[in-house]
Amino acid sequence: MKKAADRKFSEQTYMTDFFESFGLKIDNHEITPAEYVRNIPEDKLEDLGIDPENFFQSLEAFAADFEAMMNDKGMDVNSLTVIGGHDKSGNPENVELTISKGDIICIVGPTGSGKSRLLADIEWLADGDTPTGRRILINGEKPDLSMRYSLEHKLVAQLSQNMNFVMDLTAEEFVMMHAESRLVENPAEKTALIIEQANMLAGEKFKPDTPVTSLSGGQSRALMIADTAFLSKSPVVLVDEIENAGIDRKKALELLVKEEKLVLMATHDPILALMGSKRIVIKNGGINEIIETTGEERKSLEALRKLDEKLLAMRNILRTGGRLDNIDDTII
Amino acid sequence: MKFITVSGPPSSGKTSVILKTIDALASRGLKTGVVKFDCLTTDDDKLYEKKGVPVKKGLSGALCPDHFFVSNVEECVRWGTDKGLDILISESAGLCNRCSPHIKDITAVCVIDNLSGVNTPKKIGPMLKSADIVIITKGDIVSQAEREVFASRVKIANPAATIMNVNGITGQGAYELSRLFISGDEIETLKGRMLRFSMPSALCSYCLGERRIGDTYQMGNVRKMDMEE
Ligand SMILES: Nc1ncnc2c1ncn2[C@@H]1O[C@H](COP(=O)(O)OP(=O)(O)OP(=O)(O)O)[C@@H](O)[C@H]1O
Ligand SMILES: Nc1nc2c(ncn2[C@@H]2O[C@H](COP(=O)(O)OP(=O)(O)O)[C@@H](O)[C@H]2O)c(=O)[nH]1
Ligand SMILES: [Mg+2]
Ligand SMILES: [Mg+2]
Ligand SMILES: [Zn+2]
Ligand SMILES: [Zn+2]
Repeated sequence: MKKAADRKFSEQTYMTDFFESFGLKIDNHEITPAEYVRNIPEDKLEDLGIDPENFFQSLEAFAADFEAMMNDKGMDVNSLTVIGGHDKSGNPENVELTISKGDIICIVGPTGSGKSRLLADIEWLADGDTPTGRRILINGEKPDLSMRYSLEHKLVAQLSQNMNFVMDLTAEEFVMMHAESRLVENPAEKTALIIEQANMLAGEKFKPDTPVTSLSGGQSRALMIADTAFLSKSPVVLVDEIENAGIDRKKALELLVKEEKLVLMATHDPILALMGSKRIVIKNGGINEIIETTGEERKSLEALRKLDEKLLAMRNILRTGGRLDNIDDTII
Repeated sequence: MKFITVSGPPSSGKTSVILKTIDALASRGLKTGVVKFDCLTTDDDKLYEKKGVPVKKGLSGALCPDHFFVSNVEECVRWGTDKGLDILISESAGLCNRCSPHIKDITAVCVIDNLSGVNTPKKIGPMLKSADIVIITKGDIVSQAEREVFASRVKIANPAATIMNVNGITGQGAYELSRLFISGDEIETLKGRMLRFSMPSALCSYCLGERRIGDTYQMGNVRKMDMEE
């Protein structure tokens, strides 16, 4: 195959983005990047901060990245293993926990105990180089640590506790930009789907042209859940407390786990916790216990769901300006 | 000694990232020093001193700090060698978005933060576009999706770079960055080395101290905006 510099723009439409980042607009798509640059006067190149040698190196790297991303099917992860380190006082954890594809594992523990830290260890593919001294294996082996730096072959998608936005974009523009950066097939269609699904999770609906910075906590979270569910190819999904914002948790979890993924979720919510097959109990920064969800506990799920529906109904009464008269403990 | 140039817009997190990386280097038994270049004033030298890091400060005053940097960098390298440093880092704030301190075959780092806006990566010139490593800070303040979108914009502006998120406050990522710092070449001098990019040739009457406004006072390399259309 010819070098990217010698292929016409029409054969590599993505190349115009690269030129645009240097302030160059491509109108004639029937010429090659090499021809285009050859026609720019030297002082103009100087003005734009373009050194041809460096520029063409970057250009080839850009094309190579793009091709690699187009061919990326996502990595096959069958298992993830957490090898214990130590808690905040330095006591060893003595655990080796292996999680398999399709598993939902919950992480419980008091505020400040280290739930988010465990998720961060997994995201970082910790190799004894985080405050906990933990190590993470993928498919039973130490992963290639260069994956930490890879933007496009991300193993882990994380829904973090932090849902802030600072970008000056509408919800639609933002998701579109994200979809384009992930090179999805039909970004406009995906964007519409994500916003529609987010609105099904959020209590109060938002419009595609709502600036991301004016979304409420619940709306931001709903948007991020839908975004992760439909844009991420990452086989491992980490979820940090989705219950705190007013969204439909059950639907949210269903969206996230519909594919063959490996899900770890920090939570204080009894329903979410029982939806997992196991739960990790964190104390003082360390893994203290691993509890299997028993059949008995699953039976409690039924009653908890009913209770939750009742609470939800009452929330809706409040939201719509109603009154909560005559509620006593028969509700349980 | 290894030499590393760190540049980036003001307040992007250069000092924070360097300090955390120095900790990581120290845990590997390496001695690091810093030369800090700025225009008017800086307190960064005190931050480094507090940590016991050998530091040299250079204030360029009325000159472009990057121009000042090149004129002094060879002496700085000598200073670092005399101090017995394993690694010397230069910190300079890119002020005009056009000048860049990066030198060929010397590890070049650009620090940029997640809060600076999606269009910033393309607005920054050779300082970002010719860097080997681009560090993105303040990821703790934004959502995962926004971090990804921002990083993808950086990637378009500099596809060949290693792009990393480092948290300047907690230091997450600094250990990995330190790993990249020690992979650079050993140098004894910078004499004969080349800048990665020429600095703008801005020599107009205003560069030379002129303050009066109007055609008659504009001399030298003067360029006019196109007011047509
Ligand atoms: N084993 C450990 N050794 C040292 N520090 C630790 C350890 N585990 C956690 N920490 C630190 O403790 C602090 C609190 O942990 P973290 O934020 O993970 O708590 P959390 O359980 O997620 O709390 P919340 O419920 O409030 O979200 C963090 O600064 C984290 O880095
Ligand atoms: N929240 C957050 N703040 C940061 C981070 N990195 C740096 N800062 C803060 O940003 C400000 C500027 O950082 P500094 O290192 O002095 O920037 P410099 O001017 O580029 O050297 C300081 O208040 C830092 O504490 C980060 O990763 N997250
Ligand atoms: Mg937490
Ligand atoms: Mg500084
Ligand atoms: Zn300058
Ligand atoms: Zn001037």
